[in-house]
Amino acid sequence: MMKAPTIKNDIFLMLIFSAVILSMPVWMEPLGASYPDLLQKFAIFGIFAVGYNILFGLTGYLSFGHAAFLGIGSYTAVWSFKLLTMNILPAIIFSVLMSGLFAMLIGFITLRRSGIYFSILTLAFAQMFYNLAYSVLTPITNGETGLQLARNDPRVIDRLFTEAGEGLPSTDFFGLAMSGYSGFYVCAGLLIIAFFISQRIFHSPFGIKLRAIKSNQTRMKYTGYNTRPYLLTAFVISGMYAGLAGGLMAATDPLAGAERMQWTASGEVVLMTILGGVGTLIGPLLGVGIIKYFENIFSALNEQALHQAYAFMPDWLANIMVAVTSPFVGEGWHLTLGALFVLIVVFLPGGIMEGISLIKKRFSKKSSKPAHLDKAPETGN
Amino acid sequence: MSNIILEIDNVQKSFGGLKALSDLNLKIEEGKVHAIIGPNGAGKSTMLNVCIGQLAPDSGTVTFNGENMIGKAPHEINQAGISRVFQTPQIFPDLSLLQNVMIPALAKREGAFKLNIFRSLSNETEVQDEACRILTDIGLIGQLHTHAGSLSRGDKRRLELAMCLVQHPKLLLLDEPTAGMSRHDTNKTIDLLMKIKEGGMTKIIIEHDMHVVFSVADHISVLAQGTIIASGTPDEIKGNPKVQEAYLGGAHL
Repeated sequence: MMKAPTIKNDIFLMLIFSAVILSMPVWMEPLGASYPDLLQKFAIFGIFAVGYNILFGLTGYLSFGHAAFLGIGSYTAVWSFKLLTMNILPAIIFSVLMSGLFAMLIGFITLRRSGIYFSILTLAFAQMFYNLAYSVLTPITNGETGLQLARNDPRVIDRLFTEAGEGLPSTDFFGLAMSGYSGFYVCAGLLIIAFFISQRIFHSPFGIKLRAIKSNQTRMKYTGYNTRPYLLTAFVISGMYAGLAGGLMAATDPLAGAERMQWTASGEVVLMTILGGVGTLIGPLLGVGIIKYFENIFSALNEQALHQAYAFMPDWLANIMVAVTSPFVGEGWHLTLGALFVLIVVFLPGGIMEGISLIKKRFSKKSSKPAHLDKAPETGN
Repeated sequence: MSNIILEIDNVQKSFGGLKALSDLNLKIEEGKVHAIIGPNGAGKSTMLNVCIGQLAPDSGTVTFNGENMIGKAPHEINQAGISRVFQTPQIFPDLSLLQNVMIPALAKREGAFKLNIFRSLSNETEVQDEACRILTDIGLIGQLHTHAGSLSRGDKRRLELAMCLVQHPKLLLLDEPTAGMSRHDTNKTIDLLMKIKEGGMTKIIIEHDMHVVFSVADHISVLAQGTIIASGTPDEIKGNPKVQEAYLGGAHL
């Protein structure tokens, strides 16, 4: 009775998505954001946010402690660089597994509560890890200095093939350097895989059950579902995504510090997800793009740059414009971001994706065709 | 006498000083529509809550299909074959009607937990077809992709009924399925209940509307102050002076 066009749609979306991500160095150029460090950040935080959205977007459980998994991933990766090899493959595999393990433990405890109590419990765990990293766990985390590479690290796998060289070695992916554009392409490749898995989850029976838990958990229980393992699985998956992101942070810059686990880092991913659109596939990535862009580009603008931008105006007008806009750039980029966030949450609670779908609706009103059987209502993709 | 599918034996339940159920005994025959009537606060909903594992009784047992249900989690009781329509409709307001009905159908097929990430929901054509069939029966097929949250109250009730029916439960519990409905909607619901009666599904129905009760019930029990004060066929109940005094007041009939 019903043929499924969504499979085709999914593949189509994946192709477009891959093309957009891989061509980022090109189309980011005019925006002044095509340098590799920033592109790597886009991809890494993209993975973090896509994974976070599997938990927060699908089940509605607002975790305030996901940065802990980011930190665990980073420390694990740096240890892998120190003990085994500078190749990032084992490092990120261990990062993912280690944070998955911790996510299972933390999720097992925190998922006994829901709503604000769940959020507070996850926050408590993350802050506990953050403080432990500075105190009793110093032998593992190297405290305030952060965990760094050293020349005399064992690196047993690397030693099998080569002698220790002069100076610090750098990370690579089978010969591909993790710095510069090659590093971005490795991160981008992983982001595409991560996005693909998230897309499969969104459109699977498992994903729709997570949405149902968000919608009405009571009904789920009386419908014959044991909701706890569903929530735990979502929690562990999103923890593993965060671990992967943490591992990649260490891979692109082999240094792990505890500040990565602070609650502000957990809050950032919440902001990204809400800004872009909770529970939509693409939304969190848009949120990452905007926040990281503001953080890196707006913060670098100064009065001189503003004067240049207003150079076409008469001097007196340019001076006024600079005076008005300068609090919003440079050090004040938080102000711009804050204002944008408030505007979006007030007027578009569904984030940027809600805005896009409103625009789409306006344009397609004239050619309204009967809804297709397989189309889900605003499940967002 | 046919099989007893559900047996409530000496169930007690107090909330603080209030005795909601005291020495409740009830036997439900397989394949029958059993109505429970009684004044407000008689313990009707509490009884259902005990049956589906929402409340643990202070003492007593609930046996379903020869199995003790006390201490089981709600999902285990549902998987054993009991579905419930709540007094305030419990649906998934953020999902489409189709998804609302597919989820219980999947629960029936896949059990309490299944991690099937790499299967696409749109490939579950059998489940979709089944859901569409039930939605056709219930008269909501035209709104397959509407958000369930935007339905009218009466339609929400019907949707919830569809969600229960798609599971083909052995026992269906209906908590005031026509409360707050117009006469027109009530009659539609009666027709629907008569239609699904033929399937041989056992039902317990709690209802205030005597018109509905006497239209669909094979057997009626009267609950007052947490205990059954009379039980019998509709005609026996109509003629029972104790019932008339306790609840019906005669005027209804």
